[in-house]
Amino acid sequence: MEIDLKILRYDPESDKKGHWEYYKVDAEPEERILDLLHKIKWFEDGSLSFRKSCAHGVCGSDAMVVNGENMLACQVLVKEVSNPIKIEPIRGLPVLKDLIVDMKPFFDSYKKVMPFLINDDEPGDRERLQSPEDRDKFEDTTKCILCAACTTSCPVFWTADSYIGPAAIVNAHRFVMDSRDQGSKQRLEIMKDVNGAFRCRTAFNCTSACPRGIQVTKAIEDVKRETLLNN
Amino acid sequence: MKIVKHSFDGIIVGAGGAGLRAAIEAAPTMKLAVITKLYPTRSHTGAAQGGMSAALANVEEDNWNWHAFDTVKGSDYLADQPAVDILCKEAIDAVVELEHWGLPFSRLDSGKIAQRRFGGHTIKEGAAPAFRACYAADRTGHMILQTLYQKCVSMGVEFFDEFQVLDIKIEDGVCKGVVAYEISTGDLHVFEARAVTFATGGFGKIFKVSSNAHSLTGDGPGMLYQKGIPLEDMEFYQFHPTGIYRLGILLSEAARGEGGILRNKDGERFMERYAPSIKDLAPRDMVSRAIATEISAGNGAGPNSDYVYLDLTHLGEEAIMKKLPDITDFVRTYVKIEPINDPIPVQPTAHYAMGGIPTDVNGRVLSDHKGGVIEGVYAAGEAACVSVHGANRLGTNSLLDIVVFGKRAGQSMVDYVSSTKASPLSESAADDLSNKISGLMEKEHTTEFSVAKIRSELQDSMEENAKIFRSKETLDNQTEILSDLRERYKNVTISDKSKVFNSELLEAIELDYLLDMADTTVASALARKESRGAHSREDYPDRDDTKFMKHSFAFKNGDSVKLEYKDVELGKYEPMERKY
Repeated sequence: MEIDLKILRYDPESDKKGHWEYYKVDAEPEERILDLLHKIKWFEDGSLSFRKSCAHGVCGSDAMVVNGENMLACQVLVKEVSNPIKIEPIRGLPVLKDLIVDMKPFFDSYKKVMPFLINDDEPGDRERLQSPEDRDKFEDTTKCILCAACTTSCPVFWTADSYIGPAAIVNAHRFVMDSRDQGSKQRLEIMKDVNGAFRCRTAFNCTSACPRGIQVTKAIEDVKRETLLNN
Repeated sequence: MKIVKHSFDGIIVGAGGAGLRAAIEAAPTMKLAVITKLYPTRSHTGAAQGGMSAALANVEEDNWNWHAFDTVKGSDYLADQPAVDILCKEAIDAVVELEHWGLPFSRLDSGKIAQRRFGGHTIKEGAAPAFRACYAADRTGHMILQTLYQKCVSMGVEFFDEFQVLDIKIEDGVCKGVVAYEISTGDLHVFEARAVTFATGGFGKIFKVSSNAHSLTGDGPGMLYQKGIPLEDMEFYQFHPTGIYRLGILLSEAARGEGGILRNKDGERFMERYAPSIKDLAPRDMVSRAIATEISAGNGAGPNSDYVYLDLTHLGEEAIMKKLPDITDFVRTYVKIEPINDPIPVQPTAHYAMGGIPTDVNGRVLSDHKGGVIEGVYAAGEAACVSVHGANRLGTNSLLDIVVFGKRAGQSMVDYVSSTKASPLSESAADDLSNKISGLMEKEHTTEFSVAKIRSELQDSMEENAKIFRSKETLDNQTEILSDLRERYKNVTISDKSKVFNSELLEAIELDYLLDMADTTVASALARKESRGAHSREDYPDRDDTKFMKHSFAFKNGDSVKLEYKDVELGKYEPMERKY
């Protein structure tokens, strides 16, 4: 079948602002959106720029806006979206070229929540014990692949990029809820900040956008509750 | 071209599991940087699913010697046994260390790390399948990658993200540093460093159907091969039995570890005929060969009779959702099948390179088949060949390999840096790369010599001629095709002439590495006139221990490959017939 694609392009070496370009591509209904982008890049226009790596939804490279919604280009099939297909870079982060955005602010926010296990006790020469029930409390948020689909779908983040954003809160949750971690106090201080978890207005965009199916809004609510209980 | 100069003691190229583990070891005592062409968390370690083996004995009696026996037998006796002993013995501490750093392993009711069955892993040297693979649902690699990156963040390790190393400087057999291309600007960066570790991963993109990421183009092995360093055991490439039909996306062996069954078009559990004792949990080379044999015998399913089924339907929804959630998701997403109710169409997919940059057990890169080393150059992970996997790697042993030998490469960097002094590398070190890039940027583009065209012909032909079963005929044929592709590559052109995120330029350079990987794979396969592990010659169906208990070393010799051999290091396990 023939697919019409409309892609928001921007070349910092020649453009002042973004512009739409139109392509026609032959595709099977089972092909991924990423496959279509490759057909253009490899056989029509080598300058089209986008990030990609694993091509099956686990590396988090290719979050983009497809027909108005955030998704991973490698995780959505042609038959699941309506034709013509409109593709834009994710919103709220500076566009560097075509579908590539500057991820530095995103990773800076991630690093602010101290995304690592904090535990000063001597662990001994075997594993620490953790019950399956305790392990389950943060199962959902361990799935995060840092693709930024959630953060860049958030209306609060669009208007205030100082907001730490859903992805960083998800990663705070992963440690706050881990029975082995002792750093919750410091992390929850960060969450209490004016740019922390309480900026969330529960729009649920993040939950819809997450390609890993993480209940992002629920995780943010959990973190808010922990903040209040630990006060 | 703008050239930026940096001075470090140590550089690690690649930020997957091996690179990050090496960084954690080396960073505290030296000025260190990790350079990655992706962001660290995009590395393909994150796609590993099923587990990481260690004889923790959390479920039942186990012993690292049994793990070593299985690894050696699984390797079809080509692994170096002293290296295997290190892998299996150090596995236990490696898993515990990851847990201490926060890795969220799945847990038993006792609170200990959960362990599951996996192909080729047994207790008491073959008595029964072993519960040895430590896991975190079916996303163990994701958790390892995240945990190691988190540890690096906590330590303040310095990263150069989206910088691609494209040249290494070795003078008089001594490492001087690397040259990298900054992907977002097109600038070149000269990194002076006397210790460099290559942890760039595999090269599955030489095949058409592969579980590998687009990024896996053999950059480290290719770069070193072009500098005269040999590549070891390149004929041994693993095809994972259960890739999603046509797409090649990995469906973990954990699916069979948890009780999944392979069936042909008639619903027959055909592995009972090929491996009567451990059936679907036979090692990957045997299961992939069995599937290929079923398909060529007309027992494949589907309109083209070219796949078999992975059947999970008897496991029940709860077990599937709890233990195999990610692969269930992949099947729902990409083939719109519900694994709880219906069997999944699968076919073998190009998965893992047993061969690569030759190293000793401390990650030091070997310069030849006689034991020479290149001072200051190290390799670890899939890019390297220690060799612990021999002719066929057991499932879960790659995640183990990256942490055990990543750590050892990091320790070697520490030892080397503390006993040597910095030696300068000038900006002119970028000249070779600068000329190569200018050449590609200035040449007028023609579609006949496009990267995509040459690459897709490479992938299609390797799939046809050098996959699970090979023969002199198919390999001769492929040699000719590769020589033609190599000639055409000399004229390769690109259409994108920009400096910012010019991935077409990088794909053109990566294609050179892919051709090197294919050349060495085919030449080594042609010369090995026996069948062993993942290397199956239709014209030489038996293993030949008299002639081939040897590792192959492929050297670049102009446009052709020169082969040398090195004896396998044996140990307590005598080679015997491999039956399961």
